[in-house]
Amino acid sequence: MSRLSSRDMDLAAALKQLETGLQTPAPDWAKPKPSGRRILSLHLPRFAMDRWQIMADRRGDSPPADMPCALAVDSARGAMIHATNHAAEAAGVYIGARVVDMRAICPALYLDHADVDSDARALERLMLWSRRWAPWTARDGADGIVMDITGCAHLFGGEDAMLLQIEDRLAGLGLNSASAIAPTHGAAWGLARFGTVRAVCPPDQLETQISALPVRALRITDDTTLLLNRLGLKTIGDLIAVPRVPLARRFARAPLAENPLMRLDQMVGKLAEPLDAPDDPPRFITHARLPEPVQDPTEWIPQLAQDLCADLEAAGFGARRITLTVYRTDGDVSSVTVATSQPSRDAAHLAKLFDGKLDRIDPGYGFDLITLAAPFVEQMGKLQHRLDRRATDGSELAQTIDRLTARFGPRGVLRPAPLERHIPERSEQWRPAMAGTPDPAATHPRRPIRLLEHPEEIRVLYAVPEGPPAQFVWRRQVHRVGRFDGPERIAPEWWADKPGTRLRDYYKVEDQHGLRLWIYREGVLGDLRGAEPRWFLHGLFA
Amino acid sequence: MSRPTPKDATLSEVFSPRAIDAAAVGFVLAHLDTAKPVLWIQDRLSRKETGRPHLRGLPRPIEIIHVDANRPVDVLWAMEEGLRCAAFGAVLGEVWGDPAVLDFTATKRLALRSEAHRIPAWLIRRAATAGLSAARNRWRVASLQSLKHPWDSRAPGAPVWEADLFRSRWGKTGRWVAQYDGTRLTFDHGVEADAYDDQRREAER
Repeated sequence: MSRLSSRDMDLAAALKQLETGLQTPAPDWAKPKPSGRRILSLHLPRFAMDRWQIMADRRGDSPPADMPCALAVDSARGAMIHATNHAAEAAGVYIGARVVDMRAICPALYLDHADVDSDARALERLMLWSRRWAPWTARDGADGIVMDITGCAHLFGGEDAMLLQIEDRLAGLGLNSASAIAPTHGAAWGLARFGTVRAVCPPDQLETQISALPVRALRITDDTTLLLNRLGLKTIGDLIAVPRVPLARRFARAPLAENPLMRLDQMVGKLAEPLDAPDDPPRFITHARLPEPVQDPTEWIPQLAQDLCADLEAAGFGARRITLTVYRTDGDVSSVTVATSQPSRDAAHLAKLFDGKLDRIDPGYGFDLITLAAPFVEQMGKLQHRLDRRATDGSELAQTIDRLTARFGPRGVLRPAPLERHIPERSEQWRPAMAGTPDPAATHPRRPIRLLEHPEEIRVLYAVPEGPPAQFVWRRQVHRVGRFDGPERIAPEWWADKPGTRLRDYYKVEDQHGLRLWIYREGVLGDLRGAEPRWFLHGLFA
Repeated sequence: MSRPTPKDATLSEVFSPRAIDAAAVGFVLAHLDTAKPVLWIQDRLSRKETGRPHLRGLPRPIEIIHVDANRPVDVLWAMEEGLRCAAFGAVLGEVWGDPAVLDFTATKRLALRSEAHRIPAWLIRRAATAGLSAARNRWRVASLQSLKHPWDSRAPGAPVWEADLFRSRWGKTGRWVAQYDGTRLTFDHGVEADAYDDQRREAER
C-alpha cells in the first residue's frame, strides 16, 4: 500500500476497521432497486478480427486457423496490436502491446492493418440489424450492443432461448459473441463479459450474481481497477461490504468512468441509465417473419400495410411517413421511406407508394424479416366515405400527390405560390406540393404565360435609340420587331440585391411571325453601373 | 362561325409548329373552364426550352400542381396517375419531340382513361410530327399577328391564334382563327385565316 496517495488513507483506514471487525459489515446501501426492465448486453470480443476473417474468407486468402494473426493500428508509440485471433493469443500476443515486441515473442505472427472506422460503421449496422429482436438498441462501446428487451423475450421462447438464438445467428455470420440479460445495463454488461455463459439474471438474484464479478465488471478505467485491487477489493462483493461514506468521500469528484460507487449504483438500478438509442422505436410497427430468405418484399407489403393501418385506426392516428425495412441474412439492414402529404391509414394507398421504390432496397443474399413502421404519425379522426367509396375531405388529391412524390421526389412535384415581389422570377416560389395549398395569385395582363428558367441573352442586330431593338437574334433565329409595348421599368430590390445591380426595362414585342416575346434591357446607358446595357429574353406570351 | 363540338372530356393533342411558340399553351388554357386544380407535367426538354408556366401570366387564376418529369415515359405515367384522380380539373402534359413511348397504345390508354374518369387530358407536342395517335382531337396551333391595341397603335393587342383541327373523332375538321378574351374562346371562320396567311407570307418576305 506504499503507492497509495494520501487521499486513499481514509479509505484504507475504513477497510482496516472492517478487517478487524470493529464495524459490523452488512451494509444495505447496495440493495438492488426493483425495476421491471430487462436489458440484454451483447459482447463481440473479437469483432475487428472476425470481420477481417470474413473479408479474407470472401477473398479466398484466409490464413489457416492455427496461424497467429493480429491487426495493428498506428499510435504515438509505433504500431500497436489492435486485435488478435485465438492462435495469436495462445502464443502470448496481447492487445495494446507494441508490434515489434510481439514480433519478437511470435516471429510467425501475420499482421494486417485494422480498419477502425469501417469496424465502427459495421457495428452501427449490426446494431440496427439486431432490432429484429427488440426495437430499442444502441451501440455499447466499440465491441458491444445493448438492447432493451423488456416484453420481447416471450416472442422468442423465453430469455434463455433468445440468447441462444442471438448467439447462434451471430455465429452464423462468423462473429464470436457473449451475451447476458439482467435488470440493468451495468449488470448485463458485467455478466456478458465476466459472468457465466449466457447468464440470465432475474431481478431477485441481481445482488448474488454481481457479487461474484471482478471489479473490472463495473465499467471503470484500468487505473481505478488497479487502485481497487491494491486496496484489496477484488470483487464487487468486496466493494459492497465496504461502508459507503468513506467510499463516497474518496470518489467524490471522480468522473463516472472512474467512479466505482456511481457505477455500482447504476448496476443495482439506483442511478438511472437510460438506453440512448439513435432514434426512438416507432410506436406503430408490424413484422413479417419469413421461414426462408427471399429477395423481393413486394408480396408481403399489402398485408403489412393492412396490419399497420389497423393499429393506426385503433389508436386514432394516421401515418405521415412509413418505412419499410428488410433485415438481411448477412447482418445488414436496408430500408426505404415514403411520405404522405396528409395523415393516411388507407392500406392500399400506403402499399402503392412503394411501387417502383423497392429496387432501391439492396437485398444482398436475401432477407428473412420485413418490418413496416410509421415513424411519424399525426392524429386523425374517423372519416365517413361517400357511397361510391370516394373520400369527402380532399384526400384523393393528397393521395395522388403522394404517389407522384413517391416517384419523382419532393422536388419534382411542385406548386407555385405567389410572393409579393417585383422581380418576375422572384414573384413566385415553387414549393413542394406536399407542403399544402398556397394562396391564389392575382393575374396580370402584362405578364407572360411562360417564364424561361434563366433569362437568355439576345444579340441586337439593329438598335434604335428609344424602345426595343428593331432586329435581334435569339437562338440563332432573327426576329424583326413589329409592334411593341413598353417599357415597364422594374427596379432592383435594394434590400435584397447586390449593390450595382441594374434596373430592367421590359418590353412586350411581337415579331414578324406573330410570336409575342418578353424582352428586357438590363440597365440604361449612363447609369454608371457597367458598360453598354445588354438585352435578354425572359418570357413568352400566348 | 362554326365551333367544333368535341366531347367534354377526352384526350386532345396540340401541336406547335414553332417549338418556342406559347400559343399552344394559351389555347389549351382557354379550353379549361374549371375551378379544380390542374396537373401540369413537363418533360425536361420542354422545361429547358420553353420555360415553366408563370403564375401571374395565366389568363385567370388556376391552381397548378406541376411535375418535373425527366423522360417522356414519366410524363405519360404521371398523366395516367392524374387521370385517375377526380380532384383534378384537367391534366396537361408537354412532350418534346417524337419519343418512341408516345405511340398509339399510350395515347389510346390516355384517351380511354380520360373519357372513363371524365377529366380532359391535353398533350402539348413541340418539335413533333403528327404521327399515329389515338387522340380524339388533334390541333395545330400557331400565333398570328395580334389584334389592334385599343389605345396604343404601336402595341400588340389581344392574341390571335391560327387553330387547325386536322383530325377529330366527333367534330368536323377545319381551320379557324381563335381568340380568347379571358372568358370566352371564339372561333372565326377560316376565310379570314387565309387573309392572315397572306399577311404572314408578306411578313416573311
